[in-house]
Amino acid sequence: MLQDIDLVIEAGSFVALLGPSGCGKSTLLRFISGLDSPASGSIVLSPGANEAEPDQRTRLAFVFQDAQLLPWRSVLDNVALPLELQGSSRAEARDRARGPLAEVELSDVLERFPDQLSGGMRMRVSIARALVTQPSVLLLDEPFAALDELTRQRLDERLRRLWQTRRMTVIFVTHALAEAAFLAERALVMSRRPGRIVLDHVLRLPEVRSLELRTNQDFVAETGLLYQALQQYGALDDAWPVVSRSGA
Amino acid sequence: MTRATAEQSGLRELARAALPPALTFVIVVALWEGAVRGFAVPRFLVPPPSDVLMAGWTERATLAGALFTTAQGAGLGFLLSVSVGTSVGLLFSLSRWLERGLYPYALFLQTVPIVAVAPLLVLWFGPGLRAVAVSAFIVSVFPIIANTLAGLRSVDPRLSDLFRLYGATLSDAVLKLRLPSAIPSMMTGLKVASGLSVIGAIVGEFVAGFSEGNAGLGITVLSAYRQLRTDLLFAAVLLASLLGLSLFALVSSLSTLLLRRLRSPG
Repeated sequence: MLQDIDLVIEAGSFVALLGPSGCGKSTLLRFISGLDSPASGSIVLSPGANEAEPDQRTRLAFVFQDAQLLPWRSVLDNVALPLELQGSSRAEARDRARGPLAEVELSDVLERFPDQLSGGMRMRVSIARALVTQPSVLLLDEPFAALDELTRQRLDERLRRLWQTRRMTVIFVTHALAEAAFLAERALVMSRRPGRIVLDHVLRLPEVRSLELRTNQDFVAETGLLYQALQQYGALDDAWPVVSRSGA
Repeated sequence: MTRATAEQSGLRELARAALPPALTFVIVVALWEGAVRGFAVPRFLVPPPSDVLMAGWTERATLAGALFTTAQGAGLGFLLSVSVGTSVGLLFSLSRWLERGLYPYALFLQTVPIVAVAPLLVLWFGPGLRAVAVSAFIVSVFPIIANTLAGLRSVDPRLSDLFRLYGATLSDAVLKLRLPSAIPSMMTGLKVASGLSVIGAIVGEFVAGFSEGNAGLGITVLSAYRQLRTDLLFAAVLLASLLGLSLFALVSSLSTLLLRRLRSPG
């Protein structure tokens, strides 16, 4: 599925991983997380500048597509879950879960259940759950793909700000060009199967990014660059034919 | 919405749910009564509903005792099924080896003709409550095993990944993920088993139900048949299905309550 992936990701950077469906983006993310192992090759997580030796299991967090919350747990208990699984008492875990929930501005719905929240709110709970263990690496697999465009743009902006305050390494898988350009410092474009990295590009965009950036000339140019790479290597052979022929 | 209108709409809801089956009941009973009388069907073949009602009333002491005895056997068998079935389902979910090795024999419990096995139960457990309860257990345990297992296996793989990522222990994975995910499916198994346990108890009683003093509905059916008291036979059969229905309703409402508390779909 994946071929010749040789990649170094700086600690504290924000990397977007782009590519057509089925190219292996998610597989790569699963390899990095240790959920699956590659048939050949290896993944090494080195500690950041001011970090102790990292324990892979406790330093990583994963945000899936669709929030993947436990429906029988309240918002607070969902966010407390990772700490409980790592051995904290329920009371301590609930206590520590309040911080990340405040960061995603959900302090007023702590005792609600997932079915009482909107899709955007559920995703914010999911992000809070990922932040609760203070991860140094945050992996996101098309987290906002199922949300409407406006909700998605707001979540993008919020995520970018969270990264700016926390400075953890973020690897964000998406197939949306504008989202990748808006969020990341560096964008990697993958080809269709077998997935290779065909473009490794550092985005020349300001540090502080607001919603208005999306209409800015530089932003449009950067998005265009990513589009070209995706168009050249990513289009599937069996995609909808571009030229329509008359007759049957 | 004010409370009064909420109550009104609640009543309307109830009426909408209860009216059609009630109407069906009235029409069928009326047709039955009319047909039996109109065509002069012999009463030992098909008694009119009024006769069944009368027999039920005059034999009320016998029937109440029989109902209680059968309810005991079915209830005991059902509880046995719930505890054994749930545990076996859980064990199977934890070990593919155990599942492969034992599942076919669990399936055997489902397919074995209970009428043929009942005499064995009398030999092993003696006539009376114990043999009847075991008969109810044999008939009702498999749906609980199968649904528990299916439920435990139906966990969303991404949620399993999440638990794996945080190094969850097996007991955490079972208690905090698999069992809660399995509850809707387990409740389906319990509902099916509740009705089956009454059938198992009645069949058990046919063979094993003779014990001093308290005979169950199965025995009432048999003795009514021997005396050609078809009206009493009908009354006993109706009571037996009412028993099954009430057990089902009890389990259903418990499961609705539980699912609402757990906020699981289903």
